[in-house]
Amino acid sequence: MQIRLLKDRILSKLMLALTIFSVSLVALIGAGLYYKSVPLLRDNTWGSLLFSSVWEPMKGLFGFFPFIMGTLWVTAIAIIISLPLCLLTAIYLAEYAGTTVKKIVNPLVSLLAGIPPVIFGVWGILFVVEFTTGYSVLAGGIVLAVMIFPLIVSIITEVFNTIPRELKDASLSLGATKWETVRKVILRKALPGIIAAIVLAVSRAFGETIAVLMVCGNVPVAPKSVFDPGYPLPALIANNYGEMLSVPLYDSALLYAAFLLFVIILVFNLVSRIILNRLERRISG
Amino acid sequence: MTNAPHISVQNLNVQIGNNLILKDVNINIPDKKVTSIIGPSGCGKTTLLKTFNRLLDNTADVKISGKVLVDGENIYDPGAEVTHIRKKMGLLSQRPFPLPMSIYDNIAYGPRIHGTTKRKDLDQLVEHYLRATGLWDEVKDRLHSSATRLSIGQQQRLCLARGLAVEPEIILGDESTSALDPVSTQKIEELFLELKEKYTIVLVTHILRQARRVSDYIIFVYMGRIIEFGPTEEVLLNPQEELTREYVKGFIS
Amino acid sequence: MRRRKFEEQFFKLLMVLSTIVVAGSLFLIVGTIVVKGLPYMSLDMLTKTPEGGFYSGKEGGVLNAIIGSLYIAGGATILGLIISIPVAIYINLYLKGKSFIPNTVRMCFDVLFGIPSIVYGAFGFILMIYLGMRASLLGGIIAVTLLVIPILIRTLDEIISTVPRELHDAALSLGATRWEASKVVLRHIIPGIITAILLSFGRAIGDVAAVMFTAGFSDNIPASLGEPAASLPLAIFFQLSSPSAEVQGRAYASAFILTVIVLVITVLANILSKRFSKHKI
Repeated sequence: MQIRLLKDRILSKLMLALTIFSVSLVALIGAGLYYKSVPLLRDNTWGSLLFSSVWEPMKGLFGFFPFIMGTLWVTAIAIIISLPLCLLTAIYLAEYAGTTVKKIVNPLVSLLAGIPPVIFGVWGILFVVEFTTGYSVLAGGIVLAVMIFPLIVSIITEVFNTIPRELKDASLSLGATKWETVRKVILRKALPGIIAAIVLAVSRAFGETIAVLMVCGNVPVAPKSVFDPGYPLPALIANNYGEMLSVPLYDSALLYAAFLLFVIILVFNLVSRIILNRLERRISG
Repeated sequence: MTNAPHISVQNLNVQIGNNLILKDVNINIPDKKVTSIIGPSGCGKTTLLKTFNRLLDNTADVKISGKVLVDGENIYDPGAEVTHIRKKMGLLSQRPFPLPMSIYDNIAYGPRIHGTTKRKDLDQLVEHYLRATGLWDEVKDRLHSSATRLSIGQQQRLCLARGLAVEPEIILGDESTSALDPVSTQKIEELFLELKEKYTIVLVTHILRQARRVSDYIIFVYMGRIIEFGPTEEVLLNPQEELTREYVKGFIS
Repeated sequence: MRRRKFEEQFFKLLMVLSTIVVAGSLFLIVGTIVVKGLPYMSLDMLTKTPEGGFYSGKEGGVLNAIIGSLYIAGGATILGLIISIPVAIYINLYLKGKSFIPNTVRMCFDVLFGIPSIVYGAFGFILMIYLGMRASLLGGIIAVTLLVIPILIRTLDEIISTVPRELHDAALSLGATRWEASKVVLRHIIPGIITAILLSFGRAIGDVAAVMFTAGFSDNIPASLGEPAASLPLAIFFQLSSPSAEVQGRAYASAFILTVIVLVITVLANILSKRFSKHKI
């Protein structure tokens, strides 16, 4: 009889410990990466690391500017391509499409979400690079745009579903067309959610490694046009981890890059989650 | 009141978030009688019922103060053992929730966790309680099929049998017939009348006719306060309080 | 009036086209992989390890990578489940009192879910240096476990929160301890747990960045946790950069195999989660 209660008590403590462990992963990862960046930060200022363009690890010169620009270019291109397409798709799915269309499209989108990054990379080389632009930030942006389709579509569709039916009906019964209702009522109402989706998509794009690496060209110079090759931060880390223990401070520099990614993505995620949680609470309570 | 109180509530206050759900509740629930808690929806009657077996503890942001004495022991005493308290009380919820297992295992679940493991004993228990709730003849050939395949009315009787199998002293019913058809409702009500020989029964109901049919005493709750408590006929036919009179008016006219 | 109607039609057309692009991109990608990969598929590809080194040897298959991937994804999913099931139960069924605590915990997992795998890989790498481990199957499993924990917890959390509270209450009111009542809830969500396993496995088997640092690569099938292990995504990545057409062919075949595995897993997960959501009330 007492054993049951004891078992419950022990298991509850164990679960608490596991919960604390997994929650503290956020802090552990941040602290671990920062700790490894300290040697680099001792010799360099944040300003010089972020804004210098000179990348010569052998000489101990670590300027991340080209990589940061590479990341920004690829991300910007991906969002510019993806957002209008996904927004229109989400509107279509939420407001226009019949059940048959939804039954076909939704599974396809979820299958797309399951395709591994490396497969996108192979497709990028075989299709995007081959038929369009060569190894460039544009190729990276296109591949990334397709990769973030499912994320943006599913979040925006969900946001649309939080908008009360009555609001749409009110607009429609005033004689507005469906599209006018979408533009003037739904989009306006969904704006915070759309922003949250963009922020989430941006942070996803920042961190995407292998697919982008495979099609971007990886030249450590800040790109000047969409047809220039670029070298995003995650690609830098992934391409050089092999040598990083043989050159002084190189490991620190690469893990600093990982730390940068971590911090930016953490902040972006927090912001968008807070917005999305607010939206959800608005409908549930 | 001839019987000594079985549950005695003293200065009970319940707050969820910023809402005071129950305000300064004092009540003695008599032993081996049927007591119905009535009142408009949202008045706190289900909350009151759930304080008796401490299921309310699991609600987010809940604050409970005061005492609930069962057999003279305060169940909110920090040293009180929750599982022991709950074993004393069977709960029959609004809709039946059979556990995701067979009919047999549903009944055997309670006895098993409380230490009955012999197959023979369990067989006996299962048959006994299925007979007690009039289910035996209906299900004896499919004891090992999933409980979810039963009709809603059968499921509710199964849940009652399941609760009885842990040998409680008190049965709590939270609008236990609201999801049932009239025939099943009648069966459950008849069971309550039979069971009060051995158990103290507390029911939450919004059906005054049901309260009149089955209960010996009635508690009328309004906006988190107990307005009136007394024998069924008195409360329903000759209420002392204005609020009670207003509420039961629909019943009488 | 005409202009309004035109505008309506125009945007509707744009929407349909967008939907075709978004949904159709799947066919483009899978089509490319099938066209390129299928010709290189053979029994040898599935049953032999590469001969003469994965980067230069022209013979053999990618069995090393298939097995390595299964080990890593399987190991990580099992380890992840051992951690995630208790956590999901704890935040749903144990935590009580202030509601902001479970909400904050959930927020942490949302954030962890968004952390890219390269960061998990880098962190795994630091962890391995700290522990004095070499690139190995175990290292890969640990890094990928960290990656799948948020996926598993979020999925399980969502599923458990759809279980009617009364079911949990029913067990509790029979005098069950919280753990015994939790077991009833777990039993109720078995199909959901399988969905979570599939999602986690699918993500784990396709991930490159986390295993790159931690699992290494090898021509052989790992015989112990301490040996480096190949994986399908890395087999694709490494062999694609080879100048030899035969080795590139192995990369395409690997891409085909990985795509098939992942598609099957995703389809299964979708079917299951649909069936599961039909049952919830």
